[in-house]
Amino acid sequence: MDKWYMVVVVGADRPGIVAKVTSALYDGGCNLGEASMARLGGNFTMMLMVQSEGREKELQAMLAPVIDSLGLHLHIDSINGELHHHVEPDVRITLFGEDRSGIVAHATAALAEVGLHILSLESDVAGSEDKPIYVLHIEGAAREGVPALESALEIIANEGIETRLAPIETVIG
Amino acid sequence: MALLNILQYPDERLKQVADEVTVFDDALRAFIHDLEETMRGGPGGVGIAAPQVGRAERIAIVDVSAKKKIKQHGRMVLINPEIIEWHGSIVGREGCLSVPDYTGNVVRAESITLAAQDEFGELSRYEMEDYEARAVQHEIDHLDGMLFLDRLVSRRSDLFKRKAYQ
Repeated sequence: MDKWYMVVVVGADRPGIVAKVTSALYDGGCNLGEASMARLGGNFTMMLMVQSEGREKELQAMLAPVIDSLGLHLHIDSINGELHHHVEPDVRITLFGEDRSGIVAHATAALAEVGLHILSLESDVAGSEDKPIYVLHIEGAAREGVPALESALEIIANEGIETRLAPIETVIG
Repeated sequence: MALLNILQYPDERLKQVADEVTVFDDALRAFIHDLEETMRGGPGGVGIAAPQVGRAERIAIVDVSAKKKIKQHGRMVLINPEIIEWHGSIVGREGCLSVPDYTGNVVRAESITLAAQDEFGELSRYEMEDYEARAVQHEIDHLDGMLFLDRLVSRRSDLFKRKAYQ
């Protein structure tokens, strides 16, 4: 049985990183699973599930030429694949406001306390350098119900962060 | 009574444009009974269309009554349905009995006026909005050989209601 690995690649952004990394994996006989990739600041970040016959060291060797030539950093972990078991979010929360330290820590702590299981989180620092703003999108499963989250959002709003909550009511048809 | 086999993407039959229903007989009503059982046989299904079980005819069932506190018409058998008016547009999350383990964002009309026949050929008009209108648009897509995968927009697209000013 082929094993699954989580391959994390990080480095200064430039065009062609995805193509070069995934081509090296394909040429090495690997199969890709789910992936999340994004440019964060000036850095490109890749997190991808890779299925391979080989061991961690062989994966490392397979990727070494492209990692070195593009000046990237590589981290590999052995994982359980667990595909086909998506947990569906039932709530989407957006927070935004003047950027400052602690927004994510305070908001997620308050939300965790009322049962939010975060399934995805994306944030951007926007605005200008002298007046940065922070925009955060969370999708999650409200294990204690969506109304329970409202109280947490009030705490966050009291700290001057604007909050928006929308239930995700999935139509299955 | 029977649970019908639900076709799954990439079955080519899901891409067929379905034919109009012209005969409203007991055989049609027996099929609709089975189709409804099939819809209720899985978890969370609020609609189903005949092409999903391999029958290329313009037949769908929608019932969003499990959702409390929303405007809705209860169980609807929709034969030869046609949307005659659209208003607004809104992003929402959809999944499909024919596409297991995936949901995605799709833009739909916020409210619609629908004309459809029932299992006896009786023509009705429906005004509907939001969740129910989304379910109906999803099912009518099946009759036209479309899946929600054909209409996916980014997961970053917001889900907040916006009024459309046209």
